[in-house]
Amino acid sequence: MVSQLFFFFFAAVAIASGIGLIVSRSPVSGALWLVLNLCCVAALYVTMNARFIGVAQILVYAGAIMVLFLFVIMLLNLAALPKLQSIDWKRAVAFLLGMVILAQLTYVLAGSLDLLPEPTLSDAASGSASALGRELLTRYALPMEVTGILLLVATIGAVLLARRSSNKR
Amino acid sequence: MEWTLDWYLSLSAVLFTIGALGVLLRRNAIVVFMSIELMLNAVNITLVAFSRALGDAAGQMLVFFVMAVAAAEAAVGLAIVIALFRKKETVDLTRFNLFRF
Repeated sequence: MVSQLFFFFFAAVAIASGIGLIVSRSPVSGALWLVLNLCCVAALYVTMNARFIGVAQILVYAGAIMVLFLFVIMLLNLAALPKLQSIDWKRAVAFLLGMVILAQLTYVLAGSLDLLPEPTLSDAASGSASALGRELLTRYALPMEVTGILLLVATIGAVLLARRSSNKR
Repeated sequence: MEWTLDWYLSLSAVLFTIGALGVLLRRNAIVVFMSIELMLNAVNITLVAFSRALGDAAGQMLVFFVMAVAAAEAAVGLAIVIALFRKKETVDLTRFNLFRF
């Protein structure tokens, strides 16, 4: 029951943030909506017992790819970016303390309500990092090597494309 | 506490549709790229859901490769956007007519 509530909550937030992405006027707020969406999708992976995929989702998408997007938006200086405001320290500390209290309460609740689905043995085995790593380095070894080459080629291609041509005056 | 495949597939369909709408409606190249990422994520949800339903790790492996390809696509695509911006001073997709002759 609780895991169904989990699903509906994260699904609703994911859909709402997806709509926020395509209707938001400035690309920066669109990117932030997309970060929220990616975090919700990571939480949905966890409800499916794909825990390692969920962590990789946050690291790769919400971490690396979205930083790249935001960096390019800043670099191109699209429209007028919102002005930076000086940080109100009282609010920042209050926010931090509130988050600490929320984390404590969530921790206690998660312990007593078992919010996450209890993984059966095969589920836990199939979603764990060790099982995925074993598959990756045995049955999928060749695709993994090809993926490495793909990433290398993409890196070189991106550098070449974005390089300012030096022979132009 | 039963787990149902249908909900995840429906969610994936909705997210994919939102991404497709973003690609079709928006004119900002960067927002179009972000919509493509949204569609890739919708497909990933489907893959993980089927992987869970069938008890097979192949779907989750495929998600890894999709993530790697998405990273490569984002890097190259954003480099193209930067190059286009240098040339045209805009990222409005309706202003690009480089292939017209």
